[in-house]
Amino acid sequence: MEKSPIISGCKVVIIGGSAGSLDVLLKLLPRLTVATFAIVLVVHRKSSEDSTLEELIAIKTSIPVKEVEDKIALLPGNIYIAPSDYHLLFEKNDQLSLDTSEKVNYSRPSIDVSFESAADVYGPALVAVLLSGANADGTQGLQAIKAAGGIVVVQDPETAEMPFMPRNAIENLTADYILGINDLYEFISTINI
Amino acid sequence: MVLIDDRELEVLINEVFEYYGFDFSGYSRASLKRRVDRLLHLDGFRNFTELLSKVRSEPAYFKHMVEEITVNVTEMFRDPLFYNVLRTEILPIIGTKPFIRIWHAGCSTGEEVYSMAILLKELNLLHKSLLYATDINALVLDVAKKGIFPLQMMKQYSENYMASGGKKDFSHYYTANYGFAKFDSELSEKMVFSQHNLVSDGSFNEFDLILCRNVLIYFDKDLQDKALVLFDDSLAKLGYLALGTKETIKFSPLQNSFKQHNKEKIWKKVQ
Repeated sequence: MEKSPIISGCKVVIIGGSAGSLDVLLKLLPRLTVATFAIVLVVHRKSSEDSTLEELIAIKTSIPVKEVEDKIALLPGNIYIAPSDYHLLFEKNDQLSLDTSEKVNYSRPSIDVSFESAADVYGPALVAVLLSGANADGTQGLQAIKAAGGIVVVQDPETAEMPFMPRNAIENLTADYILGINDLYEFISTINI
Repeated sequence: MVLIDDRELEVLINEVFEYYGFDFSGYSRASLKRRVDRLLHLDGFRNFTELLSKVRSEPAYFKHMVEEITVNVTEMFRDPLFYNVLRTEILPIIGTKPFIRIWHAGCSTGEEVYSMAILLKELNLLHKSLLYATDINALVLDVAKKGIFPLQMMKQYSENYMASGGKKDFSHYYTANYGFAKFDSELSEKMVFSQHNLVSDGSFNEFDLILCRNVLIYFDKDLQDKALVLFDDSLAKLGYLALGTKETIKFSPLQNSFKQHNKEKIWKKVQ
C-alpha cells in the first residue's frame, strides 16, 4: 500500500459487490474481530434466495450479523446485509429502510441505490468499498459518496475475479484507494484507530 | 441530474398538504426523496422550483406526482412460500366461516389480489369470499380492475404459482392476446376495488384477513403504528394480518394482542 491511511470518525463502512465478491468477503470478514463502525454489505443475489448469505457470513465472523428488517437501528459493531429483492436505504435517524421499487442496473438490491442513500446521510463519516463484479452498478454511488466527502475504495481489478465493476469505477472517478484483498483488510482494520 | 435537498423535500410535503390535503409527512424520507428525484428526472425539471410551481398550479400534475412517487412494483405469488402457508394453513381455517372478507391494503395493480382469488378458487372458497382491494393511486386500480397483465411475466408467475403449491396449468387462468394475459372474469367477480388512503381514511369493514405487504416500508415508524392500529380496528377477532417478509408488528401497539403464526409474517388477532 502506498500511503497509510488515517481515517477517523467513520460511522459506516459500506461494501458493494457482485459476481466474485463473496470470495473476497469470506477472506476479509473472518479476520476482522471488532468494528467501531457499522458494516453494511450490498451484494447482488438471487431474488429467490432467502437467508443463506446471512448464514454463510455469520458463521465466518465474530462480528454479530443482524437480520435486516425495515426500520431497524443501524448500530456500530454489527454487520448488516441488504436482503434479497429489496433496495436498502438509510434514514437520518440511523434507521435502515427497505424499498421494493424498480430494479436499478438490473439489480435489487442495487449498490448505487444504497451508496447514494448512505452518502446523503453519512457523507464524510462514510467509507465505501466496491468489489468484484460484472456490471456497472456502484460507480454512480461512489461518485455521490465522493461528492459528499466520503472515502472511496475500489478493489484492484487485477485481483478481482470479475474486474468489470471495479474497473468501471476507476475509469469514471478518482478512487481514494485501489487495494488488493490483503491491503483491503489492513485498511479496514485501521479505521478509527 | 437534479437532486433535491432535505429542506426542499419538507417544503414539498408542506405545500402538498396545504394545497391538496395529502399528508406525506409520515413517509420514509429516504425513499420519498429517491422517488421525488426520480420524478424530477423523468419529467425533465431543471430545478425544484419548477416542480413546486407545477404541483401548485396543476391539480392534474399533482395527481400524476402521487402516481409516480408511490411505488407500484408487485408480482403474482411474490414469495411463493408465503402463499403456500396461506393455501395450506390460513385459508382452510378462515374457510370454515360462512362468509370470508379479505382486504388487500395497498394492492397496486392487483397481482396479489388475483393470486388470492386463484388460491380461494382452488380451495373451493371463492364463491363465498369478497376481496376488497384498495390503493391510494386511482391509476393502478384501473389496471387492477381489468385483470390484464403483460404476457411476458407469465413464465415467472407460473413458476411462483407452482412453488406456492399450485397444481394446475397456470395458463388455464388467463387468455393470452396481443402480448397480454387477461385473467378470467370469474376471478374478478368477487373483487371490489376502491381508493383508500392509509394515512387519512378510516376503517370501512370487518375482515378475516388483511394483507398489506411491502407498503408499510414506505412509512416512518409512527405512521406504521397508526396504520397497524387501523388494521387492528378492521380485523374480526381471530382474524389474520399478513405483512411483507421484512416487516414486523414487533414494538408496535399490536404486539400484545396478536400472536405470530410460527415464523411467518402472519399474525392472528387473539384479543
